[in-house]
Amino acid sequence: MGLGSRIALVCAGALALGAVGSKVALGQEPLLRPPGAQADGRFSALCIKCGRCIQACPYGAIRAASLATGVQADSPWIDPRQNPCHLCADFPCIAACPTSALAPVDAPQEVAMGTAVIDEDTCLSYQAMRCEVSYRACPLIDEAITIDYRPRPGDAIHAVFAPVIHEGVCVGCGLCVQRCPVEDPGPAIRVTPAPS
Amino acid sequence: MELSRRRFVKTTAVALASAAAAGTMASLAGCATAGSGQSTKLTQTGGGTTTLGVCRFCGCGCGVIVESKDGKIISVTGDPDNGSSRGLNCVKGYYLANALYGEDRLTTPLIRDDKATKGTPEGLREATWDEALDLVATHLRDTWKADKSRLAFWGSGQQPICEGYATAKFWKAGLLSNNIDPNARLCMASAVVGFMNIFQTDEPAGCYADIDETDVFVTWGANMAEAHPMLYSRLTARKLNGQNIKHYDLTTLKTRTSASADKVLMFNPGSDIAIANAIANYLIVNKLYDPHFVADHLQFKQGTENIGNAFEDGYDASEIGQAVDKVSSITFEDYAARLAPYTLEYAEEISGVPAADIQELAEVFADRSRKVLSLWTMGVNQHNRGTWMNHCIYNIHLLTGRYARPGDGAFSLTGQPTACGTAREVGTFSHRLPADLLVAQEPHRRYTEAIWNLPEGYLDAIAKPGMHTVKMFRELSKGNIDFLWSAHNNWAVSMPNLTRFLGRGTDGNDGINDAFICVSEVYPTLSTQYADVVFPAAMWVEREGMFGNGERRTAVFEKAVDPPGEARWDLWALMEVAKRVLEGETIGTEDAFDCLFGEWYDKEAAEFKGDEREINRAIWEEYRTFSNPQLKAEAAAINESAKLKMEAKQLAPYDLYIENHGLTWPVREVEGEWLPTLWRFCDGPQADGFDEFGVEQYGEHDKAGGVSFYKSADKRPSVVFRPYEPPAEIPSEEYPFWLCTGRLLEHWHTGSMTRRIAALDRALPEALLDMNPQDCARLGVNDGDMVRITSRYGTCDMKVSTAGRTQPPEGMTFAPFFADESLINLVVQDVYCPLSKEPDFKKTCVAITKL
Repeated sequence: MGLGSRIALVCAGALALGAVGSKVALGQEPLLRPPGAQADGRFSALCIKCGRCIQACPYGAIRAASLATGVQADSPWIDPRQNPCHLCADFPCIAACPTSALAPVDAPQEVAMGTAVIDEDTCLSYQAMRCEVSYRACPLIDEAITIDYRPRPGDAIHAVFAPVIHEGVCVGCGLCVQRCPVEDPGPAIRVTPAPS
Repeated sequence: MELSRRRFVKTTAVALASAAAAGTMASLAGCATAGSGQSTKLTQTGGGTTTLGVCRFCGCGCGVIVESKDGKIISVTGDPDNGSSRGLNCVKGYYLANALYGEDRLTTPLIRDDKATKGTPEGLREATWDEALDLVATHLRDTWKADKSRLAFWGSGQQPICEGYATAKFWKAGLLSNNIDPNARLCMASAVVGFMNIFQTDEPAGCYADIDETDVFVTWGANMAEAHPMLYSRLTARKLNGQNIKHYDLTTLKTRTSASADKVLMFNPGSDIAIANAIANYLIVNKLYDPHFVADHLQFKQGTENIGNAFEDGYDASEIGQAVDKVSSITFEDYAARLAPYTLEYAEEISGVPAADIQELAEVFADRSRKVLSLWTMGVNQHNRGTWMNHCIYNIHLLTGRYARPGDGAFSLTGQPTACGTAREVGTFSHRLPADLLVAQEPHRRYTEAIWNLPEGYLDAIAKPGMHTVKMFRELSKGNIDFLWSAHNNWAVSMPNLTRFLGRGTDGNDGINDAFICVSEVYPTLSTQYADVVFPAAMWVEREGMFGNGERRTAVFEKAVDPPGEARWDLWALMEVAKRVLEGETIGTEDAFDCLFGEWYDKEAAEFKGDEREINRAIWEEYRTFSNPQLKAEAAAINESAKLKMEAKQLAPYDLYIENHGLTWPVREVEGEWLPTLWRFCDGPQADGFDEFGVEQYGEHDKAGGVSFYKSADKRPSVVFRPYEPPAEIPSEEYPFWLCTGRLLEHWHTGSMTRRIAALDRALPEALLDMNPQDCARLGVNDGDMVRITSRYGTCDMKVSTAGRTQPPEGMTFAPFFADESLINLVVQDVYCPLSKEPDFKKTCVAITKL
């Protein structure tokens, strides 16, 4: 494992612990990898940056990381705000991978790209606005995201329809991130990538 | 905008939470003590000017506060003082301001010189208002003079009240034509005919506050969670705050509403009447109905049956088509006998709903210790037996005494912001005059003539109703309409059977390309692609107007900003066309235009005789005379002699609607104060929202349930037996799937506004066909695949989703209608309920093939 990979791992670990937005020494953030990406550094070790998954993605969702990402440059990643993973039934990206950096998965539910996290301060649903776009966009609706119906304090005629992410069920595809209507300062839902 | 959206949400959310908490009772009290005479401009915050508004999307009618600065709206937030919504909006309302600022707003009049370019984005050139108005007026006048059966206006439940009133007045009195109908025909007509048949008045007795007081919700064919977001929030709040509150959802596919219901009764399309009849039968057989309510309040009827379906253009004129409205009186015992075949088992056989579940729901209605509120929308109304299904719901509620009482009611939800206020109240239907009056009724015409200063008998020329919406477009397609003007709608996307109506079929029905079509619009739409002239319209708060929502609440939205470019108030364009068309015409001895509109409009100066506030007030005051006959002696005399009870729908002076952030009618004048009514026909103190003065004046006290249906014939609403008759078409080998269409939360109707709001377009960028995974497996279709949807009406392509936003059972599919690139209405049938003439958008039979 090279230095860069280790730094990325450290960073991913920190993010998994909740330090969202922290930067690693090289100014990098961990990247959201395509479905099937192996965990615990194996993806970074196995990925030869051949770009075949990028070509295989029918949605054009997988991109090559830019030079600014340092050692991760040219490795495949997904920017869910721009174009998330659509969890194709046949996973053409995985089929195209020559090194099993992307390892086969049997069903969309087994994908583990990351976990979505809601910013309750900016999420309109948490302000009782009846939005819940993330919930309805979720390909695993009522599983990965459910609605917690809550009373709205001091208000007898409105309820809060609070989207709740279920860790371990959410696969991190990022469809919710793409669809979130909140723009400022950014989407009210983000995906914390799984360590790769 | 200095204040970021994020900060704004946070600050307003906090402010509104406290306002709502403190304002809940205050706002009700505010309504009850109307008339404080406050100035209409609200306080200024952050350098902007704030004005009063009402959301212009769905039928909830949520109040908003609009803040504008330097001629631009900078925020829209919930109005805590609006009695319908009390301070919150859904995501559409939150981004409402952006609807005005799409990049391609129409800002100049447009003219099409070459009809060969129809149906394409090309071919419209910029023009002056004078050229465009002259062209439209010339075509309208020529058509009018040649054959006035060949002209038509298609309006909307989004056309503000005073504009709708003026349009109806121009069409009915100015042109003596009943060829005017609103898009409300596509959503509320079955509810309307139900109301008129049963109660002889077109109005819900209840109000939104029923939601706060009921114990059991029953949703029939209504995806409230998406189509009525804030009312569903209210329903959910009741479930959370009350004890053991239940929700039964009756539907043909699982929706987001089903997701939070306690029990879902999923029935085969069209079988809801069998279920409702089985419930009524169960209640009678087991003596679980309310005999006192039945004895005091009800009469029983049956009507024409085996009425077939309106496949053919000649259906209305056929023998059965002419007989569909006929009813005859029967006894309670006769009614019970008619229901007898509807056992729980028979209902299960037809509907697929287990008999035990139907029995459980029947027991809910039987339980006198609990209140029950039925809510329904398009699943009931857009139904080949939509009027009948409205009857069947009321039948259950009336038998059990659950109507017009707080928390115990049957509430027909409206879909558009002013479906009630305009389409239904001011007479923009082809068979209506203002204030529930009918063209076919002589006393109603006399009364209207009195208020409109017309010679007696003048309106006898319009005694026969005009073309309803589907008829209008069927005739248009056959080349029998020469002039069509549409406003506040997007018919080229929202009408069913667009393959025929857009001239894209093989049957030669391409009259749309020959007719002269004027479209008043704010953005280019598919409808403007068929327009010969486009009038650029002021949008929402770019002028002042009024909406009337589903709970009889009338509210004003104030002008906040100027319209862009040369866009103008629709009412101005109407006046300018009317002026040209009526030039040289007289009514009696008076100039026709001045007789109708001279109070408000100076035709020589080509401008209104006052600002928008003054004009809206003047029009409202005239319209209000219909329900305040004492304001005009001639009207009062006819009201008295013909026993019209017009003041039973009393409306208040204009400014009170601003001061009170909306009022629910009837608004009673009591010792100088104007008091709204929440629970119509329910005896009790007016100050608490009950119908004290109506019951006192026309009704009876001390009747069962404390209600009195004083607007109904003999004060007795009609329970009408309506049998189960099958859908117009059922799945076959060739067309094996049902297709149901509808609305989704992110987009309003045809998406012409919400899809121009970047945040909402991002939130739901494309229309998907929701399918059952088992059906997909059989067809070899995966989530995300494109399929072709084909009915005997037409074809379109759409991407499939099995994600489960809606969860159709096997054999059922669902598609939203907001996306004109897929245009699902190319496929949808235009068969309609024979009574209401409302099309059935929920039960087209289709084939699906993978592309």
